[in-house]
Amino acid sequence: MENWSLFSLCVLLGLTSRWAVSFHSYSGAGKPPMFGDYEAQRHWQEVTYNLPVHEWYFNTTNNDLNYWGLDYPPLTAYHSLVCAYVAKLLNPEWVELHASRGYESHSHKLFMRATVLFTDILIYIPAVLLYCFYFCDGSSKQKVATALCILLYPGLILIDYGHFQYNSVSLGLALWGILGLGLGWDLFGSLAFTLALNYKQMELYHSLPFFCYLLGKCIKQGLIGRGFFQLAKISLTVLVTFALCWMPFLSDPKQPLQVLHRLFPFGRGLFEDKVANTWCSLNVLIKIKTLLSRETQLFLSFALTLLFILPSSLKLLSKPNLWQFKLALVNSSLAFFLFSFQVHEKSILLAALPVCLVINEIPLIAIWFLLTSTFSMLPLLVKDGLLLPYVVTSLAFLFLSLYLLSALERSTEEELRLGLYRKLTRHWLPKLNLSRIIKWKFWFSLVAMAALSFTSVWLEPPAKFPDLFPVLVSILSFLHFLGFIIYFNLVQLMEPQRKKSQKKTN
Amino acid sequence: MAAPVTNDQSWFFALALGVSFLKCLLINAYHSTDFEVHRNWLALTHSLPAAQWYYEATSEWTLDYPPLFAWFEYGLSHIARFFDKEMLVVQNLNYASPATILFQRLSVIVADVVFFYAVKECCKCLREDKGKYLLGKPSFILTVLLLWNFGLIIVDHIHFQYNGFLFGVLLLSIARHFQNRHFEGALLFSILLNLKHIYLYIAPAYGIYLLRCFCFTQSNADGSLQWRSFSVVRLVTLGTIVLSTFSVSFGPFIALGQLPQASMTGGLVQEFQHSVLPSVSPLATLVCTVLSILPALFRIWHRPNGARGFLRCLVICALGSFMFGWHVHEKAILMAILPLSLLAVESREDARIFLILSITGHYSLFPLLFTTQELPIKILLLLLFTIFSLTSLKTLFRKGGALLNPLEATYLLGLIPLELICEFVYPLTVWQKTFPFLPLMLTSIYCALGVTYAFIRLYISLLTCSDSTKKIKTQ
Repeated sequence: MENWSLFSLCVLLGLTSRWAVSFHSYSGAGKPPMFGDYEAQRHWQEVTYNLPVHEWYFNTTNNDLNYWGLDYPPLTAYHSLVCAYVAKLLNPEWVELHASRGYESHSHKLFMRATVLFTDILIYIPAVLLYCFYFCDGSSKQKVATALCILLYPGLILIDYGHFQYNSVSLGLALWGILGLGLGWDLFGSLAFTLALNYKQMELYHSLPFFCYLLGKCIKQGLIGRGFFQLAKISLTVLVTFALCWMPFLSDPKQPLQVLHRLFPFGRGLFEDKVANTWCSLNVLIKIKTLLSRETQLFLSFALTLLFILPSSLKLLSKPNLWQFKLALVNSSLAFFLFSFQVHEKSILLAALPVCLVINEIPLIAIWFLLTSTFSMLPLLVKDGLLLPYVVTSLAFLFLSLYLLSALERSTEEELRLGLYRKLTRHWLPKLNLSRIIKWKFWFSLVAMAALSFTSVWLEPPAKFPDLFPVLVSILSFLHFLGFIIYFNLVQLMEPQRKKSQKKTN
Repeated sequence: MAAPVTNDQSWFFALALGVSFLKCLLINAYHSTDFEVHRNWLALTHSLPAAQWYYEATSEWTLDYPPLFAWFEYGLSHIARFFDKEMLVVQNLNYASPATILFQRLSVIVADVVFFYAVKECCKCLREDKGKYLLGKPSFILTVLLLWNFGLIIVDHIHFQYNGFLFGVLLLSIARHFQNRHFEGALLFSILLNLKHIYLYIAPAYGIYLLRCFCFTQSNADGSLQWRSFSVVRLVTLGTIVLSTFSVSFGPFIALGQLPQASMTGGLVQEFQHSVLPSVSPLATLVCTVLSILPALFRIWHRPNGARGFLRCLVICALGSFMFGWHVHEKAILMAILPLSLLAVESREDARIFLILSITGHYSLFPLLFTTQELPIKILLLLLFTIFSLTSLKTLFRKGGALLNPLEATYLLGLIPLELICEFVYPLTVWQKTFPFLPLMLTSIYCALGVTYAFIRLYISLLTCSDSTKKIKTQ
């Protein structure tokens, strides 16, 4: 069968599963007075359409910031504005100032879901296809299989088409950035990533690897001469893009400050709700939220994050190729997720994207991580009434990706990229069969996740610990993520001279 | 593919599992009144004694399937108890709690296991199964064409029916005839008739084939009938099988004197008076149907072509009754499309007919799902099936030029503007209020062209095919 038909079948399957998930409930459905993220997005359409730009981020009589005030950068606001224009055409009631609060109807849901699908088709899906086409090793069937697995990643589908968000825009733009850098189009890549950053500030998790990769490349080209010019061009691109995005807000110095204040709410504390990172998990044993002062918390979080991203970034700086870049993205986003301030459980998607990109090279670990990331969001999904799609998409992803990528067969120590690590530890632990241990751990972890999913839905928590199951889910996921960050750091830092080079390394 | 090639059957399970996951995702999609129909049947078979099943009329959806299906619903009702007892109360009309929906949808998905088994058996009947790689193997293509059939997914798992299970029995019966296990095939078909009487339309094909190729144990050298080889034993055995199945199914009701009630006249008696065109009576349609399938029956009596000729005749009977029958549902096109898939992976001409019939027939099912929410799903799934069938069959029969001639290709491409007009442009015009059924009429007429064309081509291929394959030496 020809390539184009296989790729199109793959896209159609991805789109079908996305739209089928969208039949289910969304965040805050039927839950006044605050509702959820779905209402937040609708509210932003209302605000951006009806109010002038300089009022969008400010608390005014018409714009109550306590009711889902805008807390994403301007590009999200512009996107909401465009959607609002379409909404006004279809049914003005959807974006009526004040009157449309809490508006819920079947046709409105279809409209909102359609906007997610539209941006997905426009931005994320083409990026995935191009990535698999250009940067996947192996036959064309292997590329299609990889594309299908990436498109069927449950976490992104459930959050975007279930809970309701537009992660496919920011992640898609970041992926275009990675594509650009991989193909050697540095300016295009920087532009795309800057746009991603201006869509969601969480993309900062990815910014250090982008910076180190580009800087490393420029240094390699010679800091005096071509490298310097390249650096200048990139910086100029980034600055101009920022300026263009923020242009309406640059007239008055108070504007950008207020926007930044909304984007980085340090006042909201170390963490909110249950999230699978260090601070929330640590809080179970030691109440650090109340024990330590705000400044100490900030300092601790900053220090630990830096500690975990520095080695990876420095390695990337010294060896700027695509493989290192992808691993650095994983390590950086995981480090931020685990140690940063005010992390939400959905931020795990920022780590999931680069892991999707290594699914062809290290299938077993990548699949394991992707399943864990979906599992870590279980309390959120259950709250949104997305249990059925969660179970179906996770199981489908597990079986299909294990089958299509032969993950269990490709798990020797060499293939797990732990060859060098194994050589070093051979002195202490000669009889260690890493491959078998990892496979056993994989199955054991799957059973644990399935069991915990089952119990957290079926059983009632004891009265003394009403939050028992979300906490258990968070802690289990946290332990997994800790293991993964160590693994990915090992793989990146201990990378030996690869005999088989990537197709397009720069 | 990266899939392990050494394990021959793993791809089958992957495909079956994949489509099952898709079906699970569609649990919350729109469902038609057929959902309430089956819930009502669960309720009345569970709550009432068998003597009252065909009399119960609290709901407008009275039992109008044969008794074996009623027993099937009865069996299901015992599992339904654990999901939601309220669905088994007859008075709970239109009861559709989440547990009810989950149970009913899962029952269709699980019942499809019969279909999976039948498809596996059909793959074994293919004459040759060689292919350079997995995606080019006839068995793989056939499996996808059947397991991922657009019509089945749409009708069973969205609209809501149990066709997968029933077609599984049909395909299994066909497979058994291919494998020369005729008694099993006959038994399975008798069971099928007692599950859903619509399969009566293809009973003539079975009757003629079994009489000609099985009861007459040998043919002459030129393929004509050898009267002296008539085997009474076989005829009697077949008769016993059929009669005993019917008696098991209808027996209890005959004993209770309820046979007239169980005659399932639902829909057969409603006559319409048309305003413009001449009105058609049920008798006229019966005559037309019989006339349309008679040549095919004569052909396989005169010059049988083994099991493949039988299958071709079966498809013609199904298509003939679809085109001329009384009160035919658009879903009945599946009775022609699914068996034709078997022939499509083996012969070039059949592949061509299959493409035209399946794409047109599947498109004609679009009006069944009229909700906006399901619009993307039906378009995506139809594209999925169409692209796969087109490219895989083209690759399979790449020797000998293009599979579809320009006229056929243009006709099929014409479905795209038709869809755009009917579902996107027309609703925005003024005529939507005054002539709301115009898009439906356009769809029906356009698809009728394709179906008729396929019917004619199928007939030509039946009447002109020679006995070039092995001589029929039945056991």
